[in-house]
Amino acid sequence: MGKPLVQIEGVGQTFSTKSGKFTALRDINLDVQKGEVVTLIGHSGCGKSTLLNLIAGLTLPTSGVLLCEGREIPGPGPERAVVFQNHSLLPWMTCFENVMLGVERVFGRKEGKPRLKARVEAALAMVHMEHAMHKFPHEISGGMKQRVGIARAFAMEPKILLMDEPFGALDALTRAALQDELNGVLAKTGATVVMVTHDVDEAVLLSDRIVMMTNGPAATIGEIVEVKLDRPRDRLELAHEHKFADYRAAVFEFLYRKQLKKAA
Amino acid sequence: MSALALKLVETPAKAEPAPVKTAAVAVPAPEPVAVEPASRPGERLRDVLRVVIPPLFGIALMVGIWALVAIKSGNIPGPDKTWVAAVKLFADPFYRNGPNDQGIGWNVLSSLQRVGIGFGFAALVGIPMGFLLGRFGFMNRMFEPIISLLRPVSPLAWLPIGLLVFQKADPAATWTIFICSIWPMILNTAQGVQRVPQDYLNVARVLGLSEAKVITKILFPAVLPYMLTGIRLSIGTAWLVIVAAEMLTGGVGIGFWVWDEWNNLKVEHIVIAIFVIGIVGLALETMLLMLAKRFSYESR
Repeated sequence: MGKPLVQIEGVGQTFSTKSGKFTALRDINLDVQKGEVVTLIGHSGCGKSTLLNLIAGLTLPTSGVLLCEGREIPGPGPERAVVFQNHSLLPWMTCFENVMLGVERVFGRKEGKPRLKARVEAALAMVHMEHAMHKFPHEISGGMKQRVGIARAFAMEPKILLMDEPFGALDALTRAALQDELNGVLAKTGATVVMVTHDVDEAVLLSDRIVMMTNGPAATIGEIVEVKLDRPRDRLELAHEHKFADYRAAVFEFLYRKQLKKAA
Repeated sequence: MSALALKLVETPAKAEPAPVKTAAVAVPAPEPVAVEPASRPGERLRDVLRVVIPPLFGIALMVGIWALVAIKSGNIPGPDKTWVAAVKLFADPFYRNGPNDQGIGWNVLSSLQRVGIGFGFAALVGIPMGFLLGRFGFMNRMFEPIISLLRPVSPLAWLPIGLLVFQKADPAATWTIFICSIWPMILNTAQGVQRVPQDYLNVARVLGLSEAKVITKILFPAVLPYMLTGIRLSIGTAWLVIVAAEMLTGGVGIGFWVWDEWNNLKVEHIVIAIFVIGIVGLALETMLLMLAKRFSYESR
């Protein structure tokens, strides 16, 4: 396996709020290997996104340490690209320009204009958005925006891709299409991914490991399921696969028996 | 007689719905009924009437009341008398008979110039101030009491200070415009900066954009619609204030012209001035609204 790409050691996160200290996360220990797809799943409010933001460097932990390639994560940076839940494309730029913004930042010093342009076009072609690259975000559908968001992240050739419920705001059919697309892209690029989700099928379909988190406050990692399904994975074939059903059942078992929310 | 006066005031009422309609539906001709009656003439006609009829009724009502008041009072000129005076006045709007007797065109233009200069300086100071206040909480808390205290003060109260400092009437009037324009510029820009969605700033952080890129590619475009609102409010207030300021300072300008015509007891000219001020104000507002629409990203 070699040295893990991301190491999370004894990480805790406490926010100071008006009503005192609020502990969101405690004692998180997790290693992410290169080329691995890890999903974080749990009930809402369990700190999945907080953990993702910590890996991204958007927030810094109050205890413990996060390492990327053996170095402490000092803050956000393009080598840990984020796909945001609400796409976060800049509305005053075309899809092409949105992707170019990141590409220029990462490769602009070393490469000329034509090479940068080719990179942007390749990234958009990978998510099948080459036909709409000169459109503005408001001119395309929600699913298409998310594709561009994914292209923007991939185009920077990050070491790790962090996805915060990337398909959460989409309808079921679009979501399925994008999951398949993402699976294809991951197979092609061998990218390392940490993804937050609360869709159990999505987690089983996409991940190598499913990290299940206990309920907050003071959430931590409850159990980890290793998904040993062959790749490429086909949604229709998997539906008849016993192992798929078993993994699904394991996650459901954790979420709805062991961590059932009292209020919910 | 009232039909003639109707024509005088028809322009502003029509000017407002026209740009909105062309932008949204892209109707090619102003009177589509006459051009292509083939499609569905009945419906088209009804649509046009629905847009045109109510404002016409409103204008007719206003002119009617005006005519009635004119007849009853005796010393207020009616629509007919005003119309005749207006035709004469607008026949030669750009004459010059010395500093105190110039055409109405010159008066309007010099008022607009004062508004332009005063507002220009206000934008030059107010927009950077707004960015600072929006970006740094300390600055915001530092300037908040000052702005809260000074903002409700009528800009005309600052006129004597302007006269004292500049020793001349003209820059003093511009100074009042500067004062009344600067508050909406600062406050709206600051609000825009504070309301830049955190997501966009997170994108900037994840991409690792330089501070210059953050300002040009993210902050400025995100704040622009708020700035344009500030500009619109500023210019609107400035156009209100300039009339009063010029009444006090004299010289050439639409406000001074109103006061001068009052001294000459040409009341019909005052009525014309009211219409002119209204039309210019409406034109400024419409222009800035169209500009704002061009740069609003949420609605597109």
